Amino acid sequence: MTEVKPYQVEGVTGGWEVVIGMEVHAQVLSQAKLFSGAATAFGAEPNSQVSLVDAAMPGMLPVINEYCVKQAVRTGLGLDATINHYSVFDRKNYFYPDLPAGYQISQYTQPIVGKGKIVLDLPDGSSRTIGITRLHLEQDAGKSVHDQHPDHSYVDLNRSGIALMEIVSEPDLRSPEEAGLYLRKLRTILRYIGSCDGNMDEGSMRADVNVSVRRVGAKFGTRCEIKNVNSIRYVQQAVAYEARRQVDLIENGGKVVQETRLFDASKGVTREMRSKEDAHDYRYFPDPDLLPLELDPHWVEDLKSTLPELPDAKKARYVADLGLSPYDASVLVAEKEAAAYYEAVAKGRDAKFAANWVMGDLFGLLNKAGLDITKTPVGPDQLGSLIDLIKNGTISGRIAKEVFEEMFASGEDPAAIVEAKGLKQVTDTGAIERVIDEVVAGNADKVAEYRSGKEKLFGFFVGQVMKASQGKANPALVNEILKKKLTA
Amino acid sequence: MTDIIDLDLGSARDGLAKKAFSALELARTHVQAMEDARSLNAIIIETPDRALADAKAADQRRAKGESLGAMDGIPIAIKDVFCTKGVVSRACSKILDGFSPTYESTVTANLWQAGAVMLGKTNMDEFAMGSSNETSALGPVASPWRRRGDNRPLVPGGSSGGSAAAVAAGVGLGATGSDTGGSIRQPAAFCGLVGVKPTYGRCSRWGMIAFASSLDQAGSFGRTVRDAAIMLRAMAGYDPKDSTSVDRPVPDYEAALTGNVKGLRVGIPKEYRVGGMPAAIEDLWQRGIGWFKDMGATIVDISLPHTKYALPTYYVIAPAEASSNLGRYDGVRFGLRVSGDNVLDMYEKTRATGFGAEVKRRIMIGTYVLSAGYYDAYYLKAQKVRALIARDFTAAFEQVDVVLTPTTPSAAFAHGEIAGDPVAMYLNDVFAVPASLAGLPGVNVPAGLSPEGLPLGLQLLGRTFDESGLLNAAFALERAANFTARAAPWWRQ
Amino acid sequence: MALDNAAVRKIARLARIEVTEAEVEHYAKELNAILGWIEQLSEVKTDNIAPMSRVVDMKLPMRKDIVSDGGKQADIIVNAPETAAGYFVVPKVVE
Repeated sequence: MTEVKPYQVEGVTGGWEVVIGMEVHAQVLSQAKLFSGAATAFGAEPNSQVSLVDAAMPGMLPVINEYCVKQAVRTGLGLDATINHYSVFDRKNYFYPDLPAGYQISQYTQPIVGKGKIVLDLPDGSSRTIGITRLHLEQDAGKSVHDQHPDHSYVDLNRSGIALMEIVSEPDLRSPEEAGLYLRKLRTILRYIGSCDGNMDEGSMRADVNVSVRRVGAKFGTRCEIKNVNSIRYVQQAVAYEARRQVDLIENGGKVVQETRLFDASKGVTREMRSKEDAHDYRYFPDPDLLPLELDPHWVEDLKSTLPELPDAKKARYVADLGLSPYDASVLVAEKEAAAYYEAVAKGRDAKFAANWVMGDLFGLLNKAGLDITKTPVGPDQLGSLIDLIKNGTISGRIAKEVFEEMFASGEDPAAIVEAKGLKQVTDTGAIERVIDEVVAGNADKVAEYRSGKEKLFGFFVGQVMKASQGKANPALVNEILKKKLTA
Repeated sequence: MTDIIDLDLGSARDGLAKKAFSALELARTHVQAMEDARSLNAIIIETPDRALADAKAADQRRAKGESLGAMDGIPIAIKDVFCTKGVVSRACSKILDGFSPTYESTVTANLWQAGAVMLGKTNMDEFAMGSSNETSALGPVASPWRRRGDNRPLVPGGSSGGSAAAVAAGVGLGATGSDTGGSIRQPAAFCGLVGVKPTYGRCSRWGMIAFASSLDQAGSFGRTVRDAAIMLRAMAGYDPKDSTSVDRPVPDYEAALTGNVKGLRVGIPKEYRVGGMPAAIEDLWQRGIGWFKDMGATIVDISLPHTKYALPTYYVIAPAEASSNLGRYDGVRFGLRVSGDNVLDMYEKTRATGFGAEVKRRIMIGTYVLSAGYYDAYYLKAQKVRALIARDFTAAFEQVDVVLTPTTPSAAFAHGEIAGDPVAMYLNDVFAVPASLAGLPGVNVPAGLSPEGLPLGLQLLGRTFDESGLLNAAFALERAANFTARAAPWWRQ
Repeated sequence: MALDNAAVRKIARLARIEVTEAEVEHYAKELNAILGWIEQLSEVKTDNIAPMSRVVDMKLPMRKDIVSDGGKQADIIVNAPETAAGYFVVPKVVE
């Protein structure tokens, strides 16, 4: 195994290490908002999914959604984190047109979830643990639309008040790739838990990325926060760009100033936010409309005992019980649905063989067709039957690839395809002998060469026989008979 | 028979039950009184058509034998702090210009559910910030009371000054108020009324325009303890829309009014004997102690050691909460907008124009005490002192059943008399604020007149959720004090 | 902790209240008087005292995850100073 070189930004004065911390906003998959009964569905008419509370009408009061609390706790458990049985909702005060109350209800000094961790599965099969600082619940803001009118912005409060989990990592990430792996792994965990759908394109998962650079082993440098990056690819681009920018700045005698930046995806650059005004002073204080959130430890224990098997545990099981390589196992567990598919195929079958089929042929075709596993035209039972046909010698591995493509295109069962197309392996020794005889007769010169010691030609004869039998001849029988005939 | 207009709520209720008069007659009488009292500026929105329609509906119910109870057909006035559906509600602030809620506050909805008749909305200090009703964007309220031989207009107290002045002038048989740091008890004292602030959490805050969320509590004004008790019962109750509303049954407060206080332990806190307290107030307090003694109660000297710090504590916490609660008035979704070059400019102009001086002052204070570097020294410190103040009461209520104090350190003052000095104005609530910080119920009982002929009140404080016991003690005190003075109706000319 | 004019301006900006120069002077004086009076709280010993975190002794109530509100765009925007196509309208915000 080749050693992976740590990621560094090469400057004129030497190498620089990139330090990345991530704040991910994950929308809780709930029907109603965190503090009101309005719906959370995506893409409705402006201001149609807004209650009087979300619009901060005078005299309106928040009442918390129990389900959102439950999902935050389950997510915390999924991150192997401390659950705080006493947490507090604070008001974060600032003015913005899409923040109706003039404050966001969030959690500041006493969040619902404390320290935890996420394990990254690196391509070389090793893993790296990234610390989670905290997870807290907060409200989303509304949306300002700036492109409808030259001098006006339009405000839609449909998102206002939707529950978000802000998940903050330690500054443990060291490369754009790790940043990407972190987001993928976090998304995997959220999806296993079912607390967030992780759809970055619909904004239900967004990342604020903190980037700084330093000499290896030196103190942390000054960081910049890149706000609201909405795809994993953009996060990686933004980190790479920002690290380079900071290195260039420092090497040219400049100083990194702590600031908030935006990632401009069309240009692939980060830029300073123009609306940045006086230093923010959010004047956090406990929301007097709410009481401290106290969790019953038994309730938390119950949630813990009913969590689904999570990707790390699943991966470990695949390695230990099914004999898969750590890398294959991590690929298979990356999506909950893929893992479930794989397990259905592997059940009672050769697990490694099943893994090769799922990761190779199935993922290959899905990828080509742009489908995800939930849309697969080949069900796990069907793939399982195909594997059974190979294993019981009905078809050869080569034919099986053809059959699988046909299954993928038509959704038909493998047995039906094999039957209809007459792809069954020929195991009749008489029939195989006849074909071999023809091949031997038609290639007298090559037979002579073989017999005079050019044994490499054996493969040529196998190929000719298979070709003549349209691939259906049982390879083992072909080998056996051919050897006999050629040495005769 | 006495004139209808002279009846108090309890007697009017009895009259309606006996069909001595109809709700419509009662409503007409009060609508007329409301028109006659316009010079007080107590009612800022009159809803006479609504009043007559409500009254007719009450009469129809009664005719069918379906009366809703004590409040059915009773005309009342609503403090402008309560959002009333389709009736402009602006907490007497310019920033809520024209705001017509599409919803009804829980407290007023409860009252309408009980059959109450709406006369109109009452004047108040802007966003309930004030103790004289002089901060209202709709102008000051003249108290029905005047000093003997002196025609200068006096303040009715505040912030529920319009509600107090209205009921004292015979406009409405009761009125709603809200009390954050004395805003019911102090105007009740100035206007010779009973004003009760229940335990925090007893009345829903939903639909009540917020000033300071951890302190705001709705309550009632009445001419008598019975009136205030009847009305409070109709207002109170658990509301799942308010996370600080308490889920416990509301007792029949009127039924608790036996007047029997034999063996009741009445606490007298020595810290309320403040320097410079007028002799009339001190005398009244002593008389109150004497009455309770005479009625067989036990007088217990108690100590509430942190009393002195209640007012400064309040003036950190209330402005802090207000600075945040008033963040929603930004000219985007409702109320006033003053246009500007950009959003920031629009915000600043809107808020500079829409808020009055006292509101701005408190927003500034509140913003400051929450800001980075000052939070611990001011806000956190105040919440710690608040905990000590609450602890003082908890300890005291192990020894006593109610606490008796003066309600205010003086009688009503004239318009403009102390308007220039914020701290002097804040001192009005020195006796009211400690109970607000602790969330305890309190009531003003009119108990005597000052040398200039103005009402003075005594305050009783009770245990958390023991409004019944508190009101019964108030009822006994009311009988003993036998306060019968009424303001001469100069405003009718 | 006396407030100077710059501090007053900063607070006014945080609170989004436009202040004139004359007002700044006035506020500085007034706020200093009030803060000076509040200063007496520092006399109180509060070591090991937990700040008050609730007024009533009860647990935070929670609601079920049920859609019970919304679908009233007209009510939401009816009181707004300016709207268009169901949106609130504000002067252009630059990000």
